[in-house]
Amino acid sequence: MKAFDSSMIKTDNLTYEYIRRDEEGNVEGITTAVDGVSLDITPGEFIAILGHNGSGKSTLAKHINAILTPSEGTVWVDGKDTSDEANIWDIRQSAGMVFQNPDNQIIGQVVEEDVGFGPENLGVPTKEIWERVEESLKAVGMYAYRKASPNKLSGGQKQRISIAGVLAMHPKCIVLDEPTAMLDPNGRKDVIRAVRALNDVEKITIILITHYMEEIIHADRVFVMDEGHIAMEGTPRQIFSRVDTLKALRLDVPQVTELAYLLNKNGIPMPVGILTIDEFTEALCHTR
Amino acid sequence: MIRDITLGQYYQTDSVIHRLDPRVKLMGTVLFIIALFLYKNPIGYILGILFLALVIKLSKVPFKFMVRGMKSILFLLLMTVIFNLFLTPGTEILRLWRIKITIEGLVLAVTMAVRLSMLIIGSSIMTLTTTPNNLTDGMEKLFGFLKIFRVPVHEVAMMMSIALRFIPILLEETDKIMKAQLARGADFESGNIIKKARAMVPLLVPLFISAFRRANDLAMAMEARCYRGGDGRTKMKPLKYKKRDYIAYIILFAFLAASVCLGRITMDIPGILMSNIGKAV
Repeated sequence: MKAFDSSMIKTDNLTYEYIRRDEEGNVEGITTAVDGVSLDITPGEFIAILGHNGSGKSTLAKHINAILTPSEGTVWVDGKDTSDEANIWDIRQSAGMVFQNPDNQIIGQVVEEDVGFGPENLGVPTKEIWERVEESLKAVGMYAYRKASPNKLSGGQKQRISIAGVLAMHPKCIVLDEPTAMLDPNGRKDVIRAVRALNDVEKITIILITHYMEEIIHADRVFVMDEGHIAMEGTPRQIFSRVDTLKALRLDVPQVTELAYLLNKNGIPMPVGILTIDEFTEALCHTR
Repeated sequence: MIRDITLGQYYQTDSVIHRLDPRVKLMGTVLFIIALFLYKNPIGYILGILFLALVIKLSKVPFKFMVRGMKSILFLLLMTVIFNLFLTPGTEILRLWRIKITIEGLVLAVTMAVRLSMLIIGSSIMTLTTTPNNLTDGMEKLFGFLKIFRVPVHEVAMMMSIALRFIPILLEETDKIMKAQLARGADFESGNIIKKARAMVPLLVPLFISAFRRANDLAMAMEARCYRGGDGRTKMKPLKYKKRDYIAYIILFAFLAASVCLGRITMDIPGILMSNIGKAV
């Protein structure tokens, strides 16, 4: 079975098991983190993956970067099978990854050196590294800080540096594993704005893993994960129109969506799946 | 704030010495130390001191900064002087009960003190004028030839630069843990040394755990960015010798040659001193 040329990432019955061992190395138990997930992501899409803690979303993300390889099933990134050792570096170049803690993924002591780390590893010539660093830092709006020490930046700024570091490797796809979980609201907005710009302007496929509902309303498609399965799939509007199902999965919906849902329930007709405050105001005016 | 601490003892200013390639400075330090151990007469030491004074002047680093580095070895210096002064056999010049001072001991003690001070100041010029980052780069390049003996030069340099990057982060973390423990009634201040050391345990355990977690995360992040060791890696800021570096090398070797020629002339210093003392008496 081969992936279609039109898909950026394709998984087929992906299953991953964490094996817990006791001190003697005997198997104590097996936790299935991802259980039979099949999905297909086309180039240029903005995908959001939702799920509460332990739903398997981070494990899924690590498969896309070949940090983990499936216990069962197959993952193709840009048509390459991740379980084949020979493909690992190609896959890691074409699918970059941004992690949760900004401090633990910055290697350089100066911003520009950190952004240059990826291209250095790829063996890019010195002159081109500088060009790539410049364009990546400009793309995330951090060019002014190129000579700064990462230790003196805010969380949001550090996370944008991490994104620039991935961007400098010229990936086709960026996986962001809860990039905003440790940031304040302003830092969160900046990071999401930068990510959206990359998707809009550079047409880079984005896979955003998060549990902040506000961040997924711009996604093309949303996957909701629960206990290793894909529990829901659809556009943000489709997902948010099923408030009951989301609540059953222990997820919250954006405040306006919830308000519209409650109004609906109490006899005031509102369209389902409202995502923004503007939409809500519009709808509310029309009911009168 | 703890974030603003300067690492190592780098002194920020702009001078010829600061701009030199780190490899030149490393080699220079090694050659200077070799020269120090070649000297057999005062002419050599005077030459060394003159050379050192010239470099200090060029580096624009205030002299008191270098003396500050001496404080840490003051005890070692004192011990060396005392042992050499009292325990060297030879012609006796002073005797207090059972302790005697010999002329050979006196000469040796002074020589050792001068040599050690020059050694410390000489090597501190390197750390004062080179950023830690530059220094690791220089070491990696300079000791690159050791790779054929399977010495993991690149890996060691990478470890050093990562360690440097994480020092402020871990310091901040220590501060946080300390405050958290203080808030719950921990006492780091009172008691004797043993009690204080014991109070550190609840501080070190979470710090270690967090450091390991960070290391794990960092390793994953590095691998995700295609890090696979030093082979096939290019440099964003490669080290390149410039004209001033070659000039510096010429000066260095001229200094070494002069040291060998002038400093190696044997002189019987204790003998000369003794005969002078004899004349004076």
